[in-house]
Amino acid sequence: MSLITTLARLEAVDTGRAQPLATVRHRHLTDRPLVLVPLTTAGEAGAPLGALVGTDREAPRLLAVAQPRDRDLRFAFLAELAEAVLPHIEAYADVVEPAERNETDPATGKKTKVEVELCTDAGQLIVPSRAGVEFVRLLGRSMRFRRTAEDDPDTPYPAPARVPLLGRWLTHYGERARVPGSSLLLAATDLLNRHWATGQSSLEDQHLGALLSWIAPPAGSSGAEAALRAELARDGEGQLLCPPAGPATDPDFDNRLLAPAIERYDRARTALASAEDGLAADARLGELSGAEREIRSLLARVMLPTWDAVWRGLDLLRELPEGARAEDRWTRDRWSFTAHRDRVRSGEPPQPRRDDAVTAAQKLASRETAQAQLEAQEALDDPLVLAGRRLAGEAFLATVTDVEMTYTESKRPSPRPLVTVRTDERPHLSERTKVYRSLEGKPQTAEFVRAEEEPDQDGDVLLVLRILDRMGRGKEPAPGSVPGPGDRIAWTLFEHDQRGGPKLPDPEETPWTHGGPPGADAATRAEQPDPVTSEDLL
Amino acid sequence: MLATALGSPAPFGQSQFAFMRGNAFEAKVKADGGAELLRLLYERLGGSSPAPGPEAATPDLSAAGPEGRAARTALALREATAAGGWALLDHPMLALEVAGSPAYLEPDAVVVHPDGRWTVVEIKSFPMIDASADASKVGAAARQAAVYVLALERVAAVTEGAEVGQRVLLVCPKDFSNLPTASVVDVRKQCAVTRRQLTRLTRIEDIAAGLPEGTTFDPACPSEELDAAVAAVPPAYAPECLAACELAFHCRAKSRAEGAVETLGRSVRGELGGLTTVAGVLAAAAGKEGDPADPTVVALRRAAALRAEALESAAALRAGAREAASVPGAGTPEGAATCR
Amino acid sequence: MSTVFDPGAEAARATGAILDDTLHGSSRGIVVDSPPGAGKSTLVVRAALELAAAGHPLMVIAQTNAQVDDLVVRLAEKDPELPVGRLHSSDSDPYDKVLDGLANVTKSAKAADLAGLDVVISTAAKWAHVKNVEPWGHAIVDEAYQMRSDALLAVAGLFERALFVGDPGQLDPFSIVGADQWAGLSYDPSASAVSTLLAHNPELPQHRLPVSWRLPASAAPLVSDAFYPYTPFRSGTDHGDRKLSFGVASDGSGPDRVLDEAAESGWGLLELPARHTPRTDPEAVRAVALVVRRLLDRGGVATSERADEPVPVTADRVAVGTAHRDQAAAVRAALAELGVTGVAVDTANRLQGREFDVTVVLHPLSGRPDATAFHLETGRLCVLASRHRHACVVVCREGVADLLDEHPSTEPVQLGVTVKFPDGWEANHAVLAHLAEHRVRWRP
Repeated sequence: MSLITTLARLEAVDTGRAQPLATVRHRHLTDRPLVLVPLTTAGEAGAPLGALVGTDREAPRLLAVAQPRDRDLRFAFLAELAEAVLPHIEAYADVVEPAERNETDPATGKKTKVEVELCTDAGQLIVPSRAGVEFVRLLGRSMRFRRTAEDDPDTPYPAPARVPLLGRWLTHYGERARVPGSSLLLAATDLLNRHWATGQSSLEDQHLGALLSWIAPPAGSSGAEAALRAELARDGEGQLLCPPAGPATDPDFDNRLLAPAIERYDRARTALASAEDGLAADARLGELSGAEREIRSLLARVMLPTWDAVWRGLDLLRELPEGARAEDRWTRDRWSFTAHRDRVRSGEPPQPRRDDAVTAAQKLASRETAQAQLEAQEALDDPLVLAGRRLAGEAFLATVTDVEMTYTESKRPSPRPLVTVRTDERPHLSERTKVYRSLEGKPQTAEFVRAEEEPDQDGDVLLVLRILDRMGRGKEPAPGSVPGPGDRIAWTLFEHDQRGGPKLPDPEETPWTHGGPPGADAATRAEQPDPVTSEDLL
Repeated sequence: MLATALGSPAPFGQSQFAFMRGNAFEAKVKADGGAELLRLLYERLGGSSPAPGPEAATPDLSAAGPEGRAARTALALREATAAGGWALLDHPMLALEVAGSPAYLEPDAVVVHPDGRWTVVEIKSFPMIDASADASKVGAAARQAAVYVLALERVAAVTEGAEVGQRVLLVCPKDFSNLPTASVVDVRKQCAVTRRQLTRLTRIEDIAAGLPEGTTFDPACPSEELDAAVAAVPPAYAPECLAACELAFHCRAKSRAEGAVETLGRSVRGELGGLTTVAGVLAAAAGKEGDPADPTVVALRRAAALRAEALESAAALRAGAREAASVPGAGTPEGAATCR
Repeated sequence: MSTVFDPGAEAARATGAILDDTLHGSSRGIVVDSPPGAGKSTLVVRAALELAAAGHPLMVIAQTNAQVDDLVVRLAEKDPELPVGRLHSSDSDPYDKVLDGLANVTKSAKAADLAGLDVVISTAAKWAHVKNVEPWGHAIVDEAYQMRSDALLAVAGLFERALFVGDPGQLDPFSIVGADQWAGLSYDPSASAVSTLLAHNPELPQHRLPVSWRLPASAAPLVSDAFYPYTPFRSGTDHGDRKLSFGVASDGSGPDRVLDEAAESGWGLLELPARHTPRTDPEAVRAVALVVRRLLDRGGVATSERADEPVPVTADRVAVGTAHRDQAAAVRAALAELGVTGVAVDTANRLQGREFDVTVVLHPLSGRPDATAFHLETGRLCVLASRHRHACVVVCREGVADLLDEHPSTEPVQLGVTVKFPDGWEANHAVLAHLAEHRVRWRP
């Protein structure tokens, strides 16, 4: 944690409310994000219990599983989830704009520009917390290898039609969420924590209710008091006033309310099965739907506070103006969205269980590039982030005091102006260290030449920098391309753009050090559905 | 219990769904004399021994009291090792001296191999999905298993032909099913750490000797007395405690009241040097207190100045952008209730 | 019955076996683990020369430009006639200017310009951009444990067989983003190149250089036990083979007493009073600088098997090691204030692979209120504690053992990941326990 962030946290403790960590919003928010609040069954992997989902904060769609161990009910839930989520995604898949992409011709190895479609926008998915992001991945993993009756008429427990497709999309969203700076799938807690520092630890900041309490405490209450209430306060029934944001539930909720309700549901179901005549069946069916309604209302009760909290968080975030370069990152998200759309449309198999060697290396490299890019862009978009880099000696603000023209010693001399700047900062410069400034949104490079020996009485030093590029082709620099005396400029020691890494071999060319090319059976093996157990109902 | 009496109940407890699922899973793994468990173990750690069959021994370990059960376990281990076949010890009892007092430990299972090797088995209910599992949970299981390995080593030292494996078997549900799968976990690191911890552990008597006479932790005591008793033990609260200890909310309240910077996380302390309180740090940053020669104070003042400058410039920028806007800080709406 | 350990013979036997496998073996890869100062560079140079002499064109992959230039210079020292290509980047100042003085070295940014030379050397990063060339029959991968698996993936198509050499105890490669999703996979791109190689090719011959020629007899057992518990090594020299002494007697101050202790036993711990401090703890930084100043002032001389006469310990034979860059900067400033120049002051990362007579280390946990994974990383302490030929002085605040006890090891465990190394928490305790026997308490 940088000292600037630490100070913000301490100020939050002192003032009783969260303090800004950013002056602009560093993540793109679409006009119509889809919010998903999921709940899962304790002790079981990927057994959903319920969800609130939708794009209208006033009208969430409630999905519930009355008996989470019943495979049919679980499938019904997933089918309903697919109907709630897929239309939202597909609405974006069909609205496109023309775009160009560089492609390498496999025959000649030459790079050519290809005209392709790019979705003009993409479906954005917001979950309450990081655990929610993890749950989206888990759901994606549990669904994408399922077989429908159409895929395979002999499959023992066929999944509803659109469930595998939802699994593939959720897998894509979950994987994209690992790319630094991406906004396809976001956790509300991560969004808020990026922009505000609370007076509690980052561990406690994972509690959405407590986090919001610090950012927007109710009138007359301090953030700390409100957060404590959000963490611990319980009603007369011993239930938390602010239930966990899921997907895990509070054990006291499970034990005191949910378990008895599920027991009643199970009893009603057994009773219905043993009904001996139509009249009895009608009555027992009534009991069964009553029991189911009770479970639905219990689940709604613990999810609604979280649903509201996510939307309130989005409101707070929308009050910040979006950072200038967030759009650039969103465009990458749109490319990613479009690429997945194309893979689905071209009938490619679902994403494999685990990446092959080349894909894993490519993903790691592109995420490292994205991370460096994100750090640079946030600093360029936001003076408060830049302040942190300045404190670390990775950037500095300086005023130009003098410009001396020099030229390269070649046949066609190019300008290499020496710019003297005054600053009271102490960046980590050594001879020929490259520094960059933003000139019309693009980086201009200079190199550090020398510093004056001793700081003056104000602690200011004079630094001499040599401008290296972006001055046009002529002997004299293009107008406006060289700073003038009096200009106050932010220089960074980090690059503004990132070069991509080297091209890796194709997966079929995987070298012997990494296991050699994947066998012919690898693709078919990856697609095998999970073995189903006959004991989902214990 | 103690925490509730102090007025800071921590959100602990286990969902009965998780509890039932865990028990059902362990029962399934150990069904039929542990046939499935032994099969998993043989596949992964069998070595050159013959495959275990229905003749594998499952000795009865019941006895009166932990001491009796530990003695019974040691006897069963000796017999099984001498017999030279497979044996599965279900919930054996092991003793280990911790800070001068015996502690009794109950692993899920210990398997004796025909060659005299003993393997600790841990059965957990978190899943292994595509052969990987939650690393912090595996880490906790490995540390737990290491303690069992050390306790077993005490018994093995006096058992002819016995050797304790430092590779333990972790059994978990596979993917989304309740079918068991297993993975071998090398616990040499955890054993070395635990061994060191046991030798370094402050003896409980030492702590007890340092406490005021008559100190008691009985939850039936009045709250103020308990407060005083707990305060006498030196606490080292950090946010990580919240997940591990039922007293953590109590310690947090104390720590916050003292203005200790650790309440914001251990890493916060790293850059604050000798400054330990929120008020102290803020006063130093504001130039009101602190030695201007202390590098911490210098860095704090510089950080505060940079932060203020950035916030001002951003505010000016936004004021310029929207004429009427005066947006101090984040401009959050007043009075938004957090939980309704 | 006990046999006498003959380090020279042991090392020669190991080297012989490695070269035999390299030149005449049939396996595609050979892995050599080399503990600190075990003659890794010598081995690499010798293997390169013998391969070249046998008519096998060779590519050499190192991790940094400094390592590449160092190898080029060493090769030229051994064989000034050997045609060597230095493949470099197209940045400014891509290689050390020393290379311009070597007649046998051709330098280019294009691999095609270097085709046909006996040995071509570059960094893994540069090699990764070389495409469409005939693969080399042989390669040597230097510092292979510091190379990431994905970097090997990018270059492995360039050679048919390779000798992988490195020190498993140094700092692991890292990535700036999370890579947990691939943990346990044989080809985890963030793991070391060697772990991927061996996971896919477990049958490859694995050798170990058994003798450290750098570490003195006083240091090898501790470093071996604490950091290489599963692959122990010995010192090439015995107690008494090396001696550090001073022309000027001790003035009784803390720095002088700790220097005497270190000269006598090989280790010295200068312990300052317990206190939580900023990273650039002014007292500790000044204590480090004072120890260096006194070491030079007192006319330290080192006797070793390298020379018949005692050799003065000059500034260039001394290094200061720290965990953080700002600490190194603070020590440099403190040394400048005391008028000391020419002493290498750097972080563990940058001291990797280097060797000095005496090192002075600012303990990574000194004065810290917490012990993070970074500070507990085994490789960091291992690098700092294994750079010296004669003595190592550690400067530290009291209370680190208690700090460790308050931060018990809770490392996560990934299924399927091979345990290669001891736990950082345990290694720190082991080193501290040893240092405690050489403690000089000092209140500046």
